[in-house]
Amino acid sequence: MVLLGLSAILILSIGFFSVLGTADIRSIDVFRIVLSKIPIIKRHISIEDLPASHEAIIWTIRLPRVLLGVLVGASLSMAGAAFQGLFKNPMADPYVIGISSGAAFGATIAIVLGINISFLNISTISIFAFIGALGAVFIVINIARVSHKIPTTTLLLAGIATSQFLTAIMSLFMVMNSKDLAKIVYWTMGTLAGKGWKPLVSISIPSITSMIIMNFFVKDLNIMLTGEESAQSMGVDVEKVKIYVLVLGTFMVSMSVSISGIIGFVGLIIPHMVRIVLGADHKILLPASALVGGIFMIFADLVARTVISPMELPVGIITALFGGPFFLYLLRASKR
Amino acid sequence: MATIEVKDLYFGYKDEKVIDGVSFEIEKGNLVSLIGPNGSGKSTMIKLLNNLYTPWEGKIFVEGKEINSFRKKELARKIALVPQNSSINYDFTVEEIVRMGRYPHKKRFQREDEEDHEIVEKAMKDTNTYELRDKAVTEISGGELQRVIIAKALAQKPSIILLDEPTSHLDLNHQIEILNLLRKLNKEKNTTIIVAIHDINLATMYSDEIFMLSGGKIVDRGSPEKVITKRNIEFVYNLPVAVHRNKYTNSLSITPLNV
Repeated sequence: MVLLGLSAILILSIGFFSVLGTADIRSIDVFRIVLSKIPIIKRHISIEDLPASHEAIIWTIRLPRVLLGVLVGASLSMAGAAFQGLFKNPMADPYVIGISSGAAFGATIAIVLGINISFLNISTISIFAFIGALGAVFIVINIARVSHKIPTTTLLLAGIATSQFLTAIMSLFMVMNSKDLAKIVYWTMGTLAGKGWKPLVSISIPSITSMIIMNFFVKDLNIMLTGEESAQSMGVDVEKVKIYVLVLGTFMVSMSVSISGIIGFVGLIIPHMVRIVLGADHKILLPASALVGGIFMIFADLVARTVISPMELPVGIITALFGGPFFLYLLRASKR
Repeated sequence: MATIEVKDLYFGYKDEKVIDGVSFEIEKGNLVSLIGPNGSGKSTMIKLLNNLYTPWEGKIFVEGKEINSFRKKELARKIALVPQNSSINYDFTVEEIVRMGRYPHKKRFQREDEEDHEIVEKAMKDTNTYELRDKAVTEISGGELQRVIIAKALAQKPSIILLDEPTSHLDLNHQIEILNLLRKLNKEKNTTIIVAIHDINLATMYSDEIFMLSGGKIVDRGSPEKVITKRNIEFVYNLPVAVHRNKYTNSLSITPLNV
């Protein structure tokens, strides 16, 4: 029920946020334009009353951008929700534990070296992002682990140190390869602008597939929240589940980061918010986080592209501006 | 056939030996207490019996089959564990926690059916937690949580339940409540119960058999009358005691003497 409601809100938000901008277009026209692109249905939909420029703005600029925002927000939030459960640590999120900067680092290397070996239609940059992210998460978790536990303090320290180190190397690349400066700046700040359909299509299948597979592990994650030994004694293959969830989460985040760059706080605050409202059950928490993450992301992007229109802010700044104070508020509320 | 058989078991953490050559058998339907001072290997023994640790040497058989040869879920259908510290910081409801006990009976994509619901409901009623079913586990008392964890263990429908210090953080009334519950399960369902417990008087009151551990070895085992002797207690705990029959419970009781 909750999930259906959130899905409806997400679809309406896509229509609503697509039209807000410099050009004056109605929400209903977005749905008409989309329907007019679908075979069979398009015979019943006429968009001839709409100016061609509107169709162009919606179809080639706004819509891919909003859908990319949904995918990025959903991936970051679902990965964050799963990691928080996996590590039984409220601070685990793709940004904090270094996955995002690892992915951005991998992507930077691919751009700078100009390597091109696409695989299963996934771009080189995405593949390198995944490798970089896996490397970063492996390093962070091994540094942070104290015997069998991963305490919050060591996780934060290891994550931040690794992130900063990788970001510094990226900055070094920027200075040395000034012709790629713009590209790399996008990666470190995060933006959804000017991507079009192509990157969206190339990451959508791997991202959505990994999000669906992640939901296979909801029962195991729930039981692991009650303690690892207890989970093991109930027949959960704890070590395997950890690896699957970690790799899946890292994969979905790298796909997003390889297109949008590092966008912080989404994977931290959205799962928290959803958990406070809907409870700890991963069966609800994972899909609900993805949906709310998608909605939040396109809202943040709307602000990013309209607040100082016609100039644009990187969306990472907006998520941090909303996310930081909101997170502090949540911390205070949960203390009481 | 013994329900659990342990042969020449050795185990330790890093290079510190904790279980030092232990062999025993446990008959089906017995209520067995493991007693001994801190560090004697009680908790470790419980975890070894649930295959949470791999022994250095030796073998454990459950219903005649070596413990390593079970699939994880298959073993969880035979043995349930009530761990020592079950604090849960996430606000699952009591019923959600008990329902987790059905996990080993379900395939990954299999939904819970009417039978599962009945088993969960019965487990909650047997442990007196049915009234708490919609409460968050973060909001109930320690004694209530312990009963919920036992309900979860019952929902696993095991033939053996292992408990690690189930009463150590509880008030006296809750200690008795838990142990009465265990004895009832033991008598009514013939469930084998193995409990690590440090309170010797409680162990004596409730057990069919007591294993006395010290330094990773079994010093003595058998009926409470055989094991709880002045000589054994003074040897293992290095404490002068008097052993006498409690005239109210008719079980043996110990009293420290150097007070």
